[in-house]
Amino acid sequence: MEILIIIVAGIMIGASVYLMLSKSLIRIIIGTGILSHGILLMLLTMGGLKRGGIPVLDDSVQQYSDPLPQAMLLTVIVITFALTAYMLVIAIRVYRELGTDNVEELKGVPREDD
Amino acid sequence: MKSTLKKLGYNRVHKQMNDVFLKYTAKVVFLVIITFSINLFFSGHYTPGGGFVGGLLAAGAIILLLLAYDLKTLNRMIRIDNKRMITAGLAACLIVPILLMFFGNPFFTHQHMYLQLPVFGEVPLHTAVLFDVGVYIIVAATTLLIITLLASEQFMSDSEGADRE
Amino acid sequence: MTDILPILPMLVPFIAGIILLAIGRTNVFLHRVVASLTGLLLIIISFFIVAYVARYGMVVTHVGNWEAPFGISVVIDMLAALLVLATAIVTLAVVVYSFQSIGAAREKFFYYPMIMFMISGINGAFTTGDIFNMFVFFEVFLLSSYVLITLGGTKIQLQEGFKYFLVNIIASNFFVLAVAYLYSAVGSLNMADIHNKLAAFDGDASIMSLIAVVMLFVFATKAGLFPFYFWLPGSYFAPPMPIMTIFGALLTKVGVYAIARVYSLFFMDNTGLTHQMLMLLAVLTIIMGSIGAIAYSDMKKIIIYNILIAIGIIIAGIAMMDEMGTIGATYYLIHDIFIKAGLFFLIGFIIYRTGESDITKLGGLIKIHPVTGWMFLIAAFGLAGVPPLPGFYGKLFIVTSLFENGHMISGIIVLLSSLVVLYSVIRIFISVFWGESMDFTKLKPISYDKLLFSSFLMVIIMVAFGFGADFLYPLFDSAAQSLYDPASYSVYLLGVE
Repeated sequence: MEILIIIVAGIMIGASVYLMLSKSLIRIIIGTGILSHGILLMLLTMGGLKRGGIPVLDDSVQQYSDPLPQAMLLTVIVITFALTAYMLVIAIRVYRELGTDNVEELKGVPREDD
Repeated sequence: MKSTLKKLGYNRVHKQMNDVFLKYTAKVVFLVIITFSINLFFSGHYTPGGGFVGGLLAAGAIILLLLAYDLKTLNRMIRIDNKRMITAGLAACLIVPILLMFFGNPFFTHQHMYLQLPVFGEVPLHTAVLFDVGVYIIVAATTLLIITLLASEQFMSDSEGADRE
Repeated sequence: MTDILPILPMLVPFIAGIILLAIGRTNVFLHRVVASLTGLLLIIISFFIVAYVARYGMVVTHVGNWEAPFGISVVIDMLAALLVLATAIVTLAVVVYSFQSIGAAREKFFYYPMIMFMISGINGAFTTGDIFNMFVFFEVFLLSSYVLITLGGTKIQLQEGFKYFLVNIIASNFFVLAVAYLYSAVGSLNMADIHNKLAAFDGDASIMSLIAVVMLFVFATKAGLFPFYFWLPGSYFAPPMPIMTIFGALLTKVGVYAIARVYSLFFMDNTGLTHQMLMLLAVLTIIMGSIGAIAYSDMKKIIIYNILIAIGIIIAGIAMMDEMGTIGATYYLIHDIFIKAGLFFLIGFIIYRTGESDITKLGGLIKIHPVTGWMFLIAAFGLAGVPPLPGFYGKLFIVTSLFENGHMISGIIVLLSSLVVLYSVIRIFISVFWGESMDFTKLKPISYDKLLFSSFLMVIIMVAFGFGADFLYPLFDSAAQSLYDPASYSVYLLGVE
């Protein structure tokens, strides 16, 4: 099971690299989203994939699942959510101000005409 | 929907589309979603749910209204300033841990107890809920702020208060 | 007492940020008052923390009252305390400097709250004792820095800001990956606990070398080390001067701090690989920074490339991991925060006064601003490390350590880089303050007393820092101790199993 998840994570990270190497801003943003999801899968796998009871709460639980990767995962999801949202806002601003969403044209010092 | 209608030959659809079904359903579904989000929020202590998911769902409900009506109508329906809400949420997140700090505990030490109520039976009470209220508000307000910014025409470079878990 | 004190450097700016958000965007004057009062309060608190740590040793609190290796611990040792103090002083100076330079439009768009959230994140990253919590604080200050770099929305800010996002988001994702590897290999997130577990482990720890490479990729991107510095000159060039100052003086230093902390605590097993790699990157960074610093004639670019040189020198000291090298590195780290802030302030003053940032178009300013000119000269000497000034002591310790460990070429490169630094900064001085007088009627009629206040404050602190080096030595000795003797950092875990 772990091997399978790691392979899936690898595929996702590969896809994200492909997307991030493209020229369109929106594709790049989708790429970062997929990258973080792939890495989150890795993070979840690192705690070991197993079924078990709730830790800490009940003394009688023998086999418990590791809560820490899930807590970290949730935090990273929240952060990624905020980042992606802000990045989308900025991407639209870039498109409005600079008139392009092609990364090739985002070079040098742009001319300020306002 | 507007552009599809235009393609079909309806030229004079500049004004707001008057989709009665969507508008009516949106109002009902809005209530359902909000209720579900509050349910998720309160179940978040021992089972899946919590402030973040609840807040996202609440924002989703309001976005449904935004789709059914338009931004102007939405602002008239719900007169809440998102930036104020973010501030309030951040404050709510911090006030409880700070107050608890003055009782001689380290930061973020929460207190909890179980309360026996007549109808509900045993109800857990936890000060972390107050923190979660803050998270709920921040997430809902931030999502709404960003989406309304993207939706509105003349949006300015504006900063979200950034939700912090 | 010890429960509240370590939290304060992170908490106070955060509360101030919330208050500023609550004030709203109309009352700029109140924003200024609250922001500068917070700066003052932070300075007082961090002075108190430094005194407390110097007297009683490390101060620790366990957030949420969870026991040490399981919950999040906030740990302030001397290194963190000194960095927090330097951060507080720079914060106050930047806030005062912003009054007359950032412009009313930006001030209204929540400029001060974002500065406060950023300081909160930076202080949090300095003081936390938990590697994942460090990631969270990295994100807090990065998120604020994303807002700051695009604040105002000029074209170059948006263009460079987007690249800055992209680079930092990828690096942050790899930070998560590194934490995941670390967690699966060690099974703990508390940095001191990881150190103890690794020190007690006597098996094949070669997986740690892999983690070291991933961590280096992450922190080198944040700090601007050799192959990953490509984003730095472009991105730091875009925002206005006060924001550029706070980025240049503080943000890269957080990356350096993280490298120092992580490499001293986690990767002492295979230093032949990890620390050699660090050394090599440091030397290459110095060379690349030197080339850039000589090549440009734009003042901002020159100082930005000087950041790279300083980062390289500090990392070279850290890579040695002996007493001499780490004392030099910590001393140079604090010195560099002040001197970079001072230089950015001074060239910012010149740019705001003349409207030009190209040194070939300026000249003869010393006739109008003599004091500023001589202050700039002192700052330049301080940056290059002329003896009574603090850059000298830091470099002395680092170079001695390099020679003692047999890194002759690296030592010589560090020494030669001082010459390059001196040349590049003196070039600014000569062509801006001496030489053909420019057309003085073109000077902008701005009020600049607060700009000069911040600039002179930084230079004076820097000079005092140099003359007080002897007096301050015990502080830096104990700060460096947690780097060259990491067992002293994890001593707070002794009581717990």
